[in-house]
Amino acid sequence: MTNQTGPQMNKKNPITDIVAASLGKRHRKELRFKLLGRLAVALGFLLVLVLIADITFKALPAFHQHWVKLEISYQQDWLSIEGSNRELLDGANYRKALKRSLYQMFPQVKARKDKRKLFKIISSNAEFTIKDYLLASPNYLGQKTAVWVRFDDDVDTYLKDVETPGEANARVDQKSAQWVKALADKELIEKRFNVSFFTNGDSREPELAGVKGALTGTILTMLVTLALSFPLGVAAALYLEEFAPRNRWTDIIEVNINNLAAVPSIIFGLLGLAVIINMFGLPRSAPLVGGIVLTLMTLPTIIIASRASIKAVPPSIREAAMGIGASKMQTTFSHVLPMAMPGIMTGTIIGLAQALGETAPLLMIGMVAFIVDVPTSISDASTVLPVQIFLWADSPERAFLAKTSAAILVLLGFLLVMNTTAALLRKKFEK
Amino acid sequence: MKKILLAISLLSTVSGAFAAGRETINVVGSSTVYPFSTVVAERFGKSTNFKTPKIESTGTGGGMKLFCAGVGIDTPDMSNASRRMKKSEFEKCQKNGVTGITEVLVGYDGIVIANSKDSKQMTVTRKELFLALAKDVPAKDGSETLVANPYKTWNEINPSLPATKIEVLGPPPTSGTRDAFAELVLEGGCKKFAWIKAIKKQDKSKYKSICHGVREDHVYIEAGENDNLIVQKLSANPNAFGVFGFSFLDQNSDKLQGSKVDGVEPTFEGIADGRYPVSRPLYFYVKNAHVGKVPGMLEFLKEFTSEEAMGEEGYLTDKGLIPLGEEKLEAVRKSVLSLTALEL
Repeated sequence: MTNQTGPQMNKKNPITDIVAASLGKRHRKELRFKLLGRLAVALGFLLVLVLIADITFKALPAFHQHWVKLEISYQQDWLSIEGSNRELLDGANYRKALKRSLYQMFPQVKARKDKRKLFKIISSNAEFTIKDYLLASPNYLGQKTAVWVRFDDDVDTYLKDVETPGEANARVDQKSAQWVKALADKELIEKRFNVSFFTNGDSREPELAGVKGALTGTILTMLVTLALSFPLGVAAALYLEEFAPRNRWTDIIEVNINNLAAVPSIIFGLLGLAVIINMFGLPRSAPLVGGIVLTLMTLPTIIIASRASIKAVPPSIREAAMGIGASKMQTTFSHVLPMAMPGIMTGTIIGLAQALGETAPLLMIGMVAFIVDVPTSISDASTVLPVQIFLWADSPERAFLAKTSAAILVLLGFLLVMNTTAALLRKKFEK
Repeated sequence: MKKILLAISLLSTVSGAFAAGRETINVVGSSTVYPFSTVVAERFGKSTNFKTPKIESTGTGGGMKLFCAGVGIDTPDMSNASRRMKKSEFEKCQKNGVTGITEVLVGYDGIVIANSKDSKQMTVTRKELFLALAKDVPAKDGSETLVANPYKTWNEINPSLPATKIEVLGPPPTSGTRDAFAELVLEGGCKKFAWIKAIKKQDKSKYKSICHGVREDHVYIEAGENDNLIVQKLSANPNAFGVFGFSFLDQNSDKLQGSKVDGVEPTFEGIADGRYPVSRPLYFYVKNAHVGKVPGMLEFLKEFTSEEAMGEEGYLTDKGLIPLGEEKLEAVRKSVLSLTALEL
């Protein structure tokens, strides 16, 4: 640069000299910062990738399941019934029929202890599978027919671990392994996609446990949270920004809202227990109560974000609206609110995503519970996905390890769907 | 705004509808009994026309608090417990109008001290475990004084034990497992010192603080309530030992081995016949006033105490419950089905 400007200019302008001298250094600084920034982003990305890959890898076994084809004889004396009306079929002894049918397939198993072991290789739910089968087609009564039933979780895990069955492992001993091998040789075993993981509620048998109950609970809870926190939060923000006078009271309210956003979530759970359940008498473990508690938690987040985005609407818009004769109310609802909507949506989604992963406040109001039936309304007992993950992670059965990871994937999927919907809606509003 | 009004009106109708009655049995209480009650509840829900009972895992103490809060549909019907109901809890129940309580002894649970299969199985006595883990222990010189626990490695206590650092992962004080561990293992070892046992007669609370105090110098590491976490940490660190319920050892027998306590290995049979010294009874308590009010209570009790569930070869034993034995089961069943009220 000095060469271009010439020696004379140089003498007259010492400042350009100083600038030129430090230019290289400043550029290097900028470059370093850029590199560091890229490194940070790359590192974060890598960690997320590793996490998701690890979870996905661990979750894979949960999406498949081994079934076995059994020859079931629906003999009346095995079912301990005489007659064939529906009521009798409902209360029949399917366990006995299942046991006898299974023993018939393995006539070489004689000892009582071995028989017990043999019965254990199939799921303890199999008796209900064959019951449902008969109830669906009652004309099989007295007949022999092939029915597919699930394996026990230990055998299922074993089949997933080994290439060819036959050798014992920690949870399946030599005898059971041989029986499984015999079944495999007769081609009576089939690996299927685990549909029941998405259609069943919770279960203590890993081969039956599914996320439908928790997922429905999560959706119901989130709907309650959204229905309460969104209108309340936006109304509060609009009032505070547009209508409320600036005085000491509004200052106090503002400080308190900011403080509330930082209160640990378990406190809200205690509040929920004391006020909503004990005082108002709403049912324990219900998505309704969960939604209300989570609303308390997300409200400050939504209010703060909404206020910020309302504040960002240029005053010229308001003035223009007022100028052509709109009332304050009309200005706010037809001009300010639509323009602030994208920012409000972002705040809402951050608040809801926080609420989605919460278990601590739900512990207090009884949503950390074993619930089999899938909830159908917001007053039914239910749990939510993070609670389900926590409960499965705490179970001794080994097969729940894969289920835990699979449930985490479902939770991440739900979050993704929620965020995408919000992003699409935001785009619509921005137009 | 309409939405808010809608929500409020919805809220009031829901609470109104609920007050009319409840169809699901509510159970609260111990996380140790939880795996067993849930299995019974699930089978009960599938095999009958009643709804599947709802089981909450609140811990024994927390469950008792809810259970004793009063009679009525907004209180739980049953409470699981990994120890017997305390006298104070019983009195609180009585005070709040919960007068008829049926006690159900479910079975036993063993507490194991286990390590990774990569290292050697250990044989310890309860006395040695007390010396390894208590906060204050008798001085080495044999005098009747207590000193802060000086032991750093196992072989300092007994030369036949391994020469590794004492490192035990176990549950925190809020856990019922920890209470049982302190009572059965530490106190069991503590009692072996005649002069400490003598203190019990003079000063019960001093005796308890000596025998139940766990050391706080990072030798006993509180690993949270999640027993799976302890299992994972043990397989990563072969020198560490873990304290947890028998069912977790049973499920992870390929990775872990239980230490012999007082010469007995923690096996299903050993715990069932009472030879293994560290086992505790599991209970649940039933509010008699709710039987008949909440549908399915008696049927649920029948299912729980049936031979198929609690019996020697019942499905609960598959989940790691140590059964009662025939005679005791018969007695329990009789008292349960007649709803014999508990007296303490």
